[in-house]
Amino acid sequence: MINRRDFMKLTAIGGGAVFISGLTSLSQAATGYGKGAAYDDFYFVQLSDTHWGYQGPANPEEANTLKKAVATVNGLESQPDFIVFTGDLTHTTDDPKERRKRLNEFRDIVSELKVENVRFIPGEHDASLDNGAVYKEIFGNTFYSFDHKGVHFVMLDNVSDPGANIGEAQLAWLAADLAKQKKDAKIVVFTHRPLFDLAPKWDWATRDGAKAIDMLMPYTNVTVFYGHIHQEHHHQTGHIAHHSAKSLIFPLPAPGSQEKRTPLPWDDSMPNKGLGFREVEAEIKTAEYKIIEFPVSRG
Amino acid sequence: MNARHGTAWLISVLCLTVAAFITMNVAYGSSKNTAKERVIKIVAQRFSFTPNELKLKKGENVRLEFTSLDFVHGFNVPDLNLRADLPPGKITTLHLTPDKAGTFDFICDNFCGAGHEDMGGKIIVGN
Ligand SMILES: [Cu+2]
Repeated sequence: MINRRDFMKLTAIGGGAVFISGLTSLSQAATGYGKGAAYDDFYFVQLSDTHWGYQGPANPEEANTLKKAVATVNGLESQPDFIVFTGDLTHTTDDPKERRKRLNEFRDIVSELKVENVRFIPGEHDASLDNGAVYKEIFGNTFYSFDHKGVHFVMLDNVSDPGANIGEAQLAWLAADLAKQKKDAKIVVFTHRPLFDLAPKWDWATRDGAKAIDMLMPYTNVTVFYGHIHQEHHHQTGHIAHHSAKSLIFPLPAPGSQEKRTPLPWDDSMPNKGLGFREVEAEIKTAEYKIIEFPVSRG
Repeated sequence: MNARHGTAWLISVLCLTVAAFITMNVAYGSSKNTAKERVIKIVAQRFSFTPNELKLKKGENVRLEFTSLDFVHGFNVPDLNLRADLPPGKITTLHLTPDKAGTFDFICDNFCGAGHEDMGGKIIVGN
């Protein structure tokens, strides 16, 4: 078994870009990492926007990309504490039977993951057309929270309402959930859509997301990980950092960079270009999150 | 003009004004819009707006009348801070007087199915 520092070196080679989120500078964080390997830090893996069931020119390998990513995660030298899928597990369909079939197939494919602690939230493709009914049958609640090694994780649903509202009922639940936390608690939020107005004309927003951000503002250590926009993006609302993940079906253009949010074209010479998943290293002591981006396949 | 004539004149002007307001209310369903409005009828259905390109003039008073055929679609023009839900079975009205020229994208912002992401259009405001 290799130690964490060796592991980090390996993943840095195989993984590519490293993004450090937190209050300290990159160099401080890097120094802190070397010394801090003793405390109870951990890492998780975020996968997003797998769109199982998609068929189209933006990914002619649609039947294989998710399976390859599962194999890559299973091949990581050191397995994560848990894995999270941040929505759009399946590609939408107007046929409820087909929706159920896709969600079940998705569940079967990701059941191949070695890690048993796997968490899910829905995306609008999974849940908006039936208010999450079939999703809930298969994956359980669309919003919930859990604790892991001193970090409070909050899963928010901004997709079961087709109008992208979190909604008053869930916001009341969030208020009660947060009320149990100290103001300096380490809080991580997972959600599908950006909670802030990233590009409303592309539907890259949550209609009442500002209400959730207002509730989170009094807490000093909050980081949000989300999906929906099929690319890496980093944004601050005050002291709260928001990090979107890549997709595992097709990449989308930079926010507002062109007229339509059409998928970036598939490149035969570089299959799965722009797709991938990420590891997130939680540095407990400093409430920092080191993000390491991975391609679909390594080596 | 003597006092009596003056009073009669004032009353008739008042009556005309009130009548005008009542007419406006009946025609436009709103007491705020006293100026003449151009009506544009828009049909929303999975997964398009018809028409999906609206040509307006800066300062022009426009009334958008939406009929949705199959879903509570949304109409949202983020750059003009204008949005509405469009429930089927009724006409949804939005008033608009653009105060700037330019092209403003609109979208359906209620997820309505497999072609939802293509459901949109643009408002082109000329000087
Ligand atoms: Cu629609």
